[in-house]
Amino acid sequence: MGMRKLFLRNAFRHKLRTGLTVLGITIAILAFGMLRTMVNAWYAGVEASSANRLVIRNAISLVFPLPLAYKDRIRQVSGVTLVSWGNWFGGIYIEEKNFFPNFAVDPRSFLALYPEYLIPDPQRAAFLGDRKGAVVGKKLADKFGWKVGDTVTLKGTIFPGNWEFTIRGIYRGKDRSVDETQFFFHWEYLDETVKKTVPRRAGQAGYYIIGIANPNLAGEVSAAIDATFKNSLAETLTETEKAFQMSFVSMTEAILIAIQLVSIVIIVIIMAVVANTMAMTARERIGEYAVFKTLGFGGWFIAGLIFGESLFISLLGTAIGIGLTFPAAEAFAEYLGTYFPIFFVEKETVLMDLAAGVLVGVVAALFPAWRAVNIRIADGLRRIG
Amino acid sequence: MADQTSSPCDEHGPVPVLEKQPVIVEVRNVSKSYQRGSHVIPVLRDIDFDIREGEFLALMGPSGSGKSTLLNLIAGIDKVDSGSIVVGGVDITALDETELARWRATHVGFIFQFYNLIPVLTAFENVELPLQLTGLSRAERREHVETALRVVNLAHRMDHYPAQLSGGEQQRVAIARAVVTDPTILVADEPTGDLDRASAREIMALMCRLSRESGKTIIMVTHDPKAAEAAQVILRLDKGSLNHGHA
Repeated sequence: MGMRKLFLRNAFRHKLRTGLTVLGITIAILAFGMLRTMVNAWYAGVEASSANRLVIRNAISLVFPLPLAYKDRIRQVSGVTLVSWGNWFGGIYIEEKNFFPNFAVDPRSFLALYPEYLIPDPQRAAFLGDRKGAVVGKKLADKFGWKVGDTVTLKGTIFPGNWEFTIRGIYRGKDRSVDETQFFFHWEYLDETVKKTVPRRAGQAGYYIIGIANPNLAGEVSAAIDATFKNSLAETLTETEKAFQMSFVSMTEAILIAIQLVSIVIIVIIMAVVANTMAMTARERIGEYAVFKTLGFGGWFIAGLIFGESLFISLLGTAIGIGLTFPAAEAFAEYLGTYFPIFFVEKETVLMDLAAGVLVGVVAALFPAWRAVNIRIADGLRRIG
Repeated sequence: MADQTSSPCDEHGPVPVLEKQPVIVEVRNVSKSYQRGSHVIPVLRDIDFDIREGEFLALMGPSGSGKSTLLNLIAGIDKVDSGSIVVGGVDITALDETELARWRATHVGFIFQFYNLIPVLTAFENVELPLQLTGLSRAERREHVETALRVVNLAHRMDHYPAQLSGGEQQRVAIARAVVTDPTILVADEPTGDLDRASAREIMALMCRLSRESGKTIIMVTHDPKAAEAAQVILRLDKGSLNHGHA
């Protein structure tokens, strides 16, 4: 009859109480894991950024375009290996709730800059050869049941009209961090149409994305590009792709901080609940602990019983909570994948769940264990009967 | 069935008084008081007596007379304010908490009024508990536990949990737990206090057997004059002071 066997049996003495406590921990860990996954999803774009890419946009605001003519001057800046450009298109598929990101891109340079988008060679060739062709992410294609060869019409919001595209390729991400819900088409198709409809908006790129040879020189290259267009009508702001993505995240930083605070509060609340359970348990068993001490068992044994039981209950709830986080995250991604294209439970989240479980178990047992270890045997025995 | 009016030890003949036996417990000028708020309540005053090896001693007295406190002091689960207690040559008043715990594990067997068995352990596991602190192998422990349960006639209930046993049976398991380590002394605090008359009688008969056949030194606190009849020596405590007398 070792200590482990004893605390395991103790844990199931009050099945309802233990069951409810485990349920509480399970829900708390599930909520904690989901909130952490949500925060990670928010930062997914930042995490997926490449150190070899810089983004150039209008220094006033992203809303203002940059002349296409800049591309040749950018290419001449030392350290720049590749130049691509594009526009946020903002098209709607059938109705607004079907939102997904869609961009007009220079296809050849774009695909060269983004090797993480994996497209079968025949599809790549078909896309490059069709001015009205588009490539879409696997998740997006699955969502709307699109296949290669299908015609898709987007209703323009920034660029009015109905825009017809032919799906020429379906890309997959090289890993889970790549967003598979995007829609890319030829920038030339956009520009030629705009030339006819709103000529003053033609020849404008919403942003440039450039490849650089050495990520360590990103600062120098950015400064050199911005210096090139200093005092022009459209001054540039060049930054790393990570900083660019981060600028979007920082707009919602307050929400992210609130989510993180809520996740911590959840753990603190469940810590109090488990601590209460353990305090109640230890108070009920104080006579038994006195018996153990009477028989010659030391304080470490008593503390081991209480810590063991507390950790067992806490880690049982944590394990179930972690187990449920995965299907819950999958269901969440399925339902709200448009807003959180990269939504999966990261290893760090699981480790944080485990750390929270251990912390809850240990903290909850501290006071009851201290009390049980320090009670006088005579006082403890008096509680019986 | 035994005669309900006779002494529990009668069926085995009277337990002989052991005046030639060496002293195993020496209690010298022991005083003890408790603090209740700002009040100091004296419980024991200058208690002085000896217990001989193999002696069966009953401590009697009204509630609050200090008999359980005295028992706790002799058993090393409470500390004296002054005086000394020597058990088997060891001055237990000089031991620290850790040494006392180790000493209790090997030298004292405890029998409580409310049995104090661990409810999640079977009778076997409860009896095995004190042996966990010894270096005995699993097989040796099993042998000791089975022997102890046979002594109390409960070998057939070893896999039962306390809740599945009657009060008398639970107390017999507690006695098996107390004797399984073959301690120097057995201390019993009102061992029949929670039992009906028949069960109480059984328990006292068992304690008589332990005293007579195993030569165990037993110190028992009791209110029950019938139970005290089993003892060779009765000490009466009144307001923290002692009156000696043979049974």
